[in-house]
Amino acid sequence: MTEKTQELKQKDKREIVVPGEIIAGEDFLPGDWTMKQGKDIISTRLGIVEKSDKLVKVIPLSGVYIPRYGNVVIGEVKDIVSAGWQVDIKGPYQAFLPLRECPGFVETAEMESVYGIGDLIVTKIFNVGRTSVDLSMKSRDRSLTKIRDGTILAVNPHRVPRVIGKEGSMITLIKNATKTNITVGQNGLIWIKGEKIEDEIKAEKIINFVVENTITEGLTEKVENYIKDMEEKK
Amino acid sequence: MSYTKRIDGRKFDELRETSAKIGVVPNADGSAIFAQGDTIAIAAVYGPKILNPKHQQNPEKGVLRVHYNMLSFSVGERIRPGVSRRSQEISRVTEWALTPLVMLEELPGTVIDVHINILQANAGTRCAGINAAAMALAHAGVPMKELVSAVAIGQMGDTIVSDVTKEEEDYEEDGEKAATDIPIAMLSNSEKITLMQLDGKLPTRKVKEVMEAAREACKKIHDIQVKALKEYS
Repeated sequence: MTEKTQELKQKDKREIVVPGEIIAGEDFLPGDWTMKQGKDIISTRLGIVEKSDKLVKVIPLSGVYIPRYGNVVIGEVKDIVSAGWQVDIKGPYQAFLPLRECPGFVETAEMESVYGIGDLIVTKIFNVGRTSVDLSMKSRDRSLTKIRDGTILAVNPHRVPRVIGKEGSMITLIKNATKTNITVGQNGLIWIKGEKIEDEIKAEKIINFVVENTITEGLTEKVENYIKDMEEKK
Repeated sequence: MSYTKRIDGRKFDELRETSAKIGVVPNADGSAIFAQGDTIAIAAVYGPKILNPKHQQNPEKGVLRVHYNMLSFSVGERIRPGVSRRSQEISRVTEWALTPLVMLEELPGTVIDVHINILQANAGTRCAGINAAAMALAHAGVPMKELVSAVAIGQMGDTIVSDVTKEEEDYEEDGEKAATDIPIAMLSNSEKITLMQLDGKLPTRKVKEVMEAAREACKKIHDIQVKALKEYS
């Protein structure tokens, strides 16, 4: 057994904690979703504890998506205002895409033809304020675009890391098996684009399988078997 | 004649058969069902989300809204659906019972909607509602300092009992109503009291005994809530 798999096994054993539960003593520093109460550190969310050196943090298991700097998300254009677009990214706050963060020069009168109301866009978060989120469409590799066709799938945002896998291993597996192009938004929206609609449906089924079985060990193998079963049924 | 034996044969400090589960409403961000004997409450949490209209937003902290509702088939005789004076009162006291544990200051400008529906009622519905709502809030990923558990303590004649039923609430001695019902909600860590109501008469010397019974019962309920939350995958 390699070190990596051993590490994974230990991770699977980690216990779920509830709000108010004591997770560490005085010798730790409180990280994400934890707080100090007296001498102890308590969890403030339902999640899994992760301890590293002196820091202890909780990885949430459920709830709405919390925007973070640098996340690639898929959003829906809700409104066009004077200096940009209002975008719904399924978070607790409405996101704003300023005109200057749009690639190329855009005339104010032409804003609707660039991103109209109801359009879906792949976008990046470049600033998170106290009650605001700013988006950007500027990217070197042109991965941030308007979505014109394909399938959109919504999953639990906390399962997104499993859909992507370690260094993108899971998503590459699905892409290769179905010959589709998949963009995973950190907010749980997934865009699947394939040559044929059948490929997109197939990819959607596999992603749903991954999302339903995130806790089980050896997920990659299971997904491989699942893909084989699908091909045999044909 | 005094109250020496409970109508359903329970011990004085024994709770009804209790069960809990989270994740019962797929569309909600968080949900839970809590059953205490014949009383069943279902709670669904939506949010944190943007609060509209904008003038209701609080830039300092989030807003918690609770809607308590008894379904028309929850009691023997059909009750008129919709908002009543009683449901408004319970919505408000539940809101007060839940606000101290939610870290609303971390969610400025947002709203958290909690919908509590009573599927079946047999006394202690506001307590079951609070228990379900606390679990649903935890499931919705709302930052919370601790959990809250609630229980209805009763005084039958001279005896203090935990988790009263409807039958006990209507208990009479010498043709006079002799039952008192005291719903109490207690936080899990700090043991602070966030809800306490009194329906009936209670001598001051008995208050300590009531609080002790509530602490014991809330601990038991808290264990059930934690167990249900940990079973989530």
